[in-house]
Amino acid sequence: MIWVENLSKRYGPTTVVDNVSFSVAPGETLVLLGTSGSGKTTTLKMLNRLIEPDSGQIRLDGTDVRQQDAPTLRRRIGYVIQDGGLFPHYTVAEAIATVPNLLGWEPARIRERTHELIRKLQLPEAVLNRYPADLSGGQRQRVGLARALATRPPVVLMDEPFGALDPFTRRHVRRELFGLSELQETTVVLVTHDVAEALELADRIALMHQGRIVQIGRPGDLTNQPANDFVRDFLDV
Amino acid sequence: MLDFLRQNADKLFEQTLTHIGLTFVSLLLALVVGIPLGILIARRPRLASGILGVAGVLQTVPSVALLGFLIPLLGIGVGPALVALFLYALLPIIRNTYVGITEVNPTVREAARGVGMTSRQILTQVELPLALPVIFAGVRTATVINVGVATLAAYVAAGGLGEFIFSGIALSNTNMILAGAIPAALLAIGFDLGLAALQRLSGRKLRVGTLAFVVLVPILSGFYLLPMRGDKLTAGFAHEFYGRADGYPGLQKTYGLRLRPRLIDQNLMYEAIHNQQVDIISGYSTDGRIRAFDLVVLADNRHAFPPYDAALVVRQAALDRHPDLGPTLDRLAGKLTDSVMTALNYQADFLHQSPKQIATRFLKQTGLYKASPPGNRTETVVMGSKLFTEQYILSEIYRQLIEGHTHLRVATRTGLGGTQICFDALRTGAIDFYPEYTGTGLLVILQPPTAILQTLPMQADTVYRYVKNAFARQYGLVWQRPLGFNNSYCLMMRREQTQQLGIRSIDELVNYLSRE
Repeated sequence: MIWVENLSKRYGPTTVVDNVSFSVAPGETLVLLGTSGSGKTTTLKMLNRLIEPDSGQIRLDGTDVRQQDAPTLRRRIGYVIQDGGLFPHYTVAEAIATVPNLLGWEPARIRERTHELIRKLQLPEAVLNRYPADLSGGQRQRVGLARALATRPPVVLMDEPFGALDPFTRRHVRRELFGLSELQETTVVLVTHDVAEALELADRIALMHQGRIVQIGRPGDLTNQPANDFVRDFLDV
Repeated sequence: MLDFLRQNADKLFEQTLTHIGLTFVSLLLALVVGIPLGILIARRPRLASGILGVAGVLQTVPSVALLGFLIPLLGIGVGPALVALFLYALLPIIRNTYVGITEVNPTVREAARGVGMTSRQILTQVELPLALPVIFAGVRTATVINVGVATLAAYVAAGGLGEFIFSGIALSNTNMILAGAIPAALLAIGFDLGLAALQRLSGRKLRVGTLAFVVLVPILSGFYLLPMRGDKLTAGFAHEFYGRADGYPGLQKTYGLRLRPRLIDQNLMYEAIHNQQVDIISGYSTDGRIRAFDLVVLADNRHAFPPYDAALVVRQAALDRHPDLGPTLDRLAGKLTDSVMTALNYQADFLHQSPKQIATRFLKQTGLYKASPPGNRTETVVMGSKLFTEQYILSEIYRQLIEGHTHLRVATRTGLGGTQICFDALRTGAIDFYPEYTGTGLLVILQPPTAILQTLPMQADTVYRYVKNAFARQYGLVWQRPLGFNNSYCLMMRREQTQQLGIRSIDELVNYLSRE
């Protein structure tokens, strides 16, 4: 589904992402794990061209992402960030309708999809007319996910999606959301610095350090056969 | 106060509409220019300091000075008023648009990009809606500034509540000042509260409020057009003339003249008629600009304007203390006829000669000039004068005359701002004498009951005798013999136009205006 080859990004003399390659299979969840400054978020943002790489290639479904105009590309890729990234002036209903509206869906179809999503995400109907400021952190996160999934995009990118939640809520919301059938069919790339989260959610983990992928593999591969001391220390196993 | 409002309700209503109109036309222009500029500098921060700097400098120019710069470029009337108001409204709108947009949370902006909005969609769907409360705060500042500055529009004949304020100040009429000032203050407070409420709205209500605002501004702007000025000839009157009993109200009573005059500063009036922005102006019959601009004074065939013969008013005490003062002052009696005084004013206003030069030449021509005798001058007399050219020239003539013919030293207090101030200074002994006009003495200072005014023939000699006796009796002040000219109120028009229309007198003007 996603092929990344020799991807690099420099800011001045600093190389933030250094010759990174990986691929993600359809329906797979890849977690980019690492400390802050490891280049994981930059890597993620290059996938939907929020950041343009200096070199390397990204193909999505076989097509180079640079062959299409960036907003059009992004509408086909769900995007979830910390605390949902909701617009303060959009109600929940409007937030979920954001991408469908950009794609010109019929109002009836949007309404139907919105109700389907809040049912699946176990949000009460009453929430639809509320603004983000009136929601709990967990609710905001669910709405952020609903916005990303509204048009059933084949790929969803998540940048520290549960970062703003307390540890208890985080575990709870995480389990619930990743149990959704919608998400299981979707190809997900998720960025986190939380090892437990990575081990729980990932089909595969790419552990990044100083702009490079140190090891990529199934969670069991990393814990059982860490490639070096850094991996061992990081996973604390 | 209430009586005044009742009598002037129409005028007040018209002025209020004009005031609101002026405020909002300029605000509309400032929005149309300022919001795109604010967006531009939010997008290109390198331009920000430059554009905000220029708008900031414009904001600091005092409003009267700004009008002063604009009058030579745009003449008088709506033009300079709107441009000045527009320039004042610009800074708060540009700055708040810029700040509102740049202060949108970067995470929100990135989320907007991330879901696939184009930069135009980010602007219209995310940045502007989130910046709205800040933009409204700027609009609020701009509106309140404009309601205030719009009072100055009356200075350049653009109307508004400033008409009452300026007229009231010119006439020392507190009711009239308040009739303009209170509504202006209420407008400012009202708009401020309204916009503050708009600023506090959020979500859908904010969208509705914005829509209402966008619809309302052009409608309020339209108010400016409502009070249509439908006269065949446009009159531009000084604020004082418009309000004084012996000015426009006298004309209305005596001739039945009905105009909708534009009120304008008396020094700008002459420029305005010269540039054909108005056709009739009020003025003084000895003004040098009558000659300079080739204007014609319309004959006052029914004597609506009382005579304004100039003469010196002196404290009796000063005459007693300096026995040679009175005879010296009277040497000028009858020497300054209308045409002589007009010519002297012309030399000052248009040939830009100094009053000193003019006075010396005049005294030499009339054989009254004497070089000041040398020696110590220990005794001083103090002379006052009002705030216009003619009075400056007269005070200089008197100074040279007195210092040439006596051993007195003359101290001058020129530029006392108005009849009341001069008169009070004289009565309290701050000055010993100043040139006054018989009509002014009668109507502004003595203000006799209507019964006496109706029986008193408005002829030069009767009015002179009346004020001379009344001043001596009531205040112990002496009117010296008249100088010889009558600086009366008058209406004037361009010579060319009077010839075209065949108008030579106020009667003929009234006939022309009432003809279909």
